[in-house]
Amino acid sequence: MADAMIELRGATKLFPGLDHPAVDALDLTIAEGELVTLVGPSGCGKTTTLKMINRIVEPTSGTITVGGHDVMERPAHLVRRDIGYVIQQIGLFPHHTIARNIATVPRLLGWEDDRTAARVDELIGLMGLDPGMKERYPGELSGGQRQRVGVARALAADPPVLLMDEPYGAVDPLVRGRLQDQLLELQRDLHKTIVFVTHDIDEAMRLGDRIAILNLGGVLEQFDTPEELLRAPANEFVEDFLGGERGLKRLALRCVADLPELRRGSVVPADATGADAVAVAEEYGGDWCGVLDGDHLRGWAWVDQFRGAARAGDVDTRRFRVGITRDSTLREALDAMVRSSTGVAAVFDGDRYLGMLQLGDLTAEITTGSAHP
Amino acid sequence: MIAIGSGLVLAQGAPAGQWLIQNTDAIVRRGLEHLQLTAISIALGLVVSIVLSVIALRYRRTYKPITTAAGIVFTIPSIALFPVLRPYFGLTATTAIIGLTLYTLLFLIRNILVGIEGVPAEIVEAAEGQGYARNRLFLEVQLPLALPVILAGVRIATVTTIGLVTITGLIGYGGFGFFIFDGLRSNLYLPKLLVGALAPMVMALVADGLIQLLERALTPWSRRAAA
Amino acid sequence: MEPFIDAFGFLTDPANWSGNRGILVRFIEHVQLSLPPLLAAMLVAIPAGVLAGHFRRGQAIGTFIANVGRAIPTLALLVFGLILSVRVFDLGISYWPTVFALFFLALHPLFTNTYTAVKNVDRSLLEAARGMGYDERQLLWEVELPVASPVIFTAIRVAAVQVVATAPIGALAAGGGFGRFVIDGFGSRNYGVMYAGIILIALLAVATERTVDGIERLVVPRELRGASGDDVATVAANTGRAV
Repeated sequence: MADAMIELRGATKLFPGLDHPAVDALDLTIAEGELVTLVGPSGCGKTTTLKMINRIVEPTSGTITVGGHDVMERPAHLVRRDIGYVIQQIGLFPHHTIARNIATVPRLLGWEDDRTAARVDELIGLMGLDPGMKERYPGELSGGQRQRVGVARALAADPPVLLMDEPYGAVDPLVRGRLQDQLLELQRDLHKTIVFVTHDIDEAMRLGDRIAILNLGGVLEQFDTPEELLRAPANEFVEDFLGGERGLKRLALRCVADLPELRRGSVVPADATGADAVAVAEEYGGDWCGVLDGDHLRGWAWVDQFRGAARAGDVDTRRFRVGITRDSTLREALDAMVRSSTGVAAVFDGDRYLGMLQLGDLTAEITTGSAHP
Repeated sequence: MIAIGSGLVLAQGAPAGQWLIQNTDAIVRRGLEHLQLTAISIALGLVVSIVLSVIALRYRRTYKPITTAAGIVFTIPSIALFPVLRPYFGLTATTAIIGLTLYTLLFLIRNILVGIEGVPAEIVEAAEGQGYARNRLFLEVQLPLALPVILAGVRIATVTTIGLVTITGLIGYGGFGFFIFDGLRSNLYLPKLLVGALAPMVMALVADGLIQLLERALTPWSRRAAA
Repeated sequence: MEPFIDAFGFLTDPANWSGNRGILVRFIEHVQLSLPPLLAAMLVAIPAGVLAGHFRRGQAIGTFIANVGRAIPTLALLVFGLILSVRVFDLGISYWPTVFALFFLALHPLFTNTYTAVKNVDRSLLEAARGMGYDERQLLWEVELPVASPVIFTAIRVAAVQVVATAPIGALAAGGGFGRFVIDGFGSRNYGVMYAGIILIALLAVATERTVDGIERLVVPRELRGASGDDVATVAANTGRAV
């Protein structure tokens, strides 16, 4: 088990003038290299909890340690220089160029200019930004570009921990998906310890290695992997919060590549006989058959069209309009099945045909697939 | 008004021109006096205002008293303020400068406060989150971003002060205003009156323009259009 | 402290209230000096400001007027008043110069603040009204003006106080009013009289402000009031002129 990177013990925040604490004695342990998402309804204290870690909000009581050190040991501003911080409105400094924005923490830490400049270039490359942007001002950039600069700025001093407060909240769904992909990719390369606050359960499930579901007052209802949450919600609150269609959501967590095997499916090579095609179709219990040209799937036709044909390849076939890849989620596979007239999902690798998925394959997967590390 | 003034100047023609040439020394001297009084008062006013603003921002309880006090000073008619100060400080430049400085305080304090408070909260939070300590945050983030508003205040204060310097003629100074008082005493001698009235106006407009240029030079980021 | 005591003595001596150099006479003179130019300026500047604000035109001109208006020292206004009065209209020096000066003085804050008030009426309000079928004239009278009236009244309040407090400047050119006490007292080192004059001016300024406020209460429906909330100092500051 990896070392605990962030530990909250009895963390409490009581704002002056309010009766109930925003966060009430929260215990949470986040391992090194984990991406943990904090989710919950409005007022559950997820943002407050996040902000206590870097003392933007000072804890009223309890202990918070990062990397083994109590955050109260040093002056707040020093603690924050070792923690990356990204907020929803980003907050780039309008009067600094992009390069200077990214260089903020290195400058505060007193790095030499050369080292800082090199690091800025490195990050611009990492975030896929145009190097020509360095001398521009934030006001000249689009929202998506500013987002990426914000993350670059947070990563500049290479902090082990990254705190993100609803960073994609103000962005439209299309861009959000791409930003999420990018974050996952970054995390694969960088292995930071990330705490990510969101109110969107789907986002939380998509990104989080583990998800902490908080209730009003910072009460921790469940802290588990996405699969565990879906399989065994701790109580009614968690159930409601996860929303309906939990089965489908679980399907979204697995990929075709995770399946142990892929059936060949109801297909025959082009130079098989028409009778062969009919036989194969019967074997699969369907009323259609596909035709292969080597590895390339030419198309499919109804069984009746094969009867009496000398060569399977002589029959006029329809192309498979719907195909998925090994990276597709099982949920996308189900969607493909529903959309296709054939009721199966054909799996391709580029042009190469790999196999077929039927509904039965998926249900088998769900019922047996709970014992995973 | 300017038209009437210049028209009359032209009408006066020769006598006016003659007076101007004969008294160039005095005019320049008074002009410099005007400039000095303005510059010193603004500089002093800025220092005092920054100090008072920082106090008001750090110690919330002083906020209201400080802004109210500055406001009250402002509403004292200038022809009353300088005579009132005179018995305490005499017919010296000190009296003039104290009075003039007091009048700048309202604009400067107000605009410094509005400017600093106008910096968006998320930028301040982002800065804190990156690890800025309080003092450096003020100098590197809040102050530069508040600059446009602060400079607007400096502009107004400067223009107002240039106008008020004329009133210090009551206590023997006045800069260009000296000529107004002189002209009033010498049976409304027009050239004196006009120089005394028009010169400060020209000076004020020039100063206004210069400070606007300064503001543009100091804030390159606000002019680049968004993508 | 002594001058204050003198001033107090001056003010409480009944002899000083009567007679043609007395406080009452000076009071009437002060009102005569202040009221006409204020009303005249209102008649000119307010409609101009309303129209400019309604058509949202003249943003550049408005800024220009604001800048120029601020740059004119009060004393210069007196000079121009003198020139107009003596050289152009031949009207003497004790009354008209001050009146001209005060007229021009009041124009700027009245115009600028009225323009801003009308211009800043919430656009969505106007859109809703247009959507309901108001024509442009109704829009102006029944929507824009009522909504803008609190700020316009503040402008009037400020202009009135400025006029009343600036009128003393006329005393430099032989004008009357309470300014007479200030200038004469200062000239003859009689600080008691000078302070008395200052106190009287201050009282009159406050009284003027309260009067205009009272008028506002009568004219503007309660629901619309309170939107301005700026005190005299702040709005005076907005117009950028020291008194």
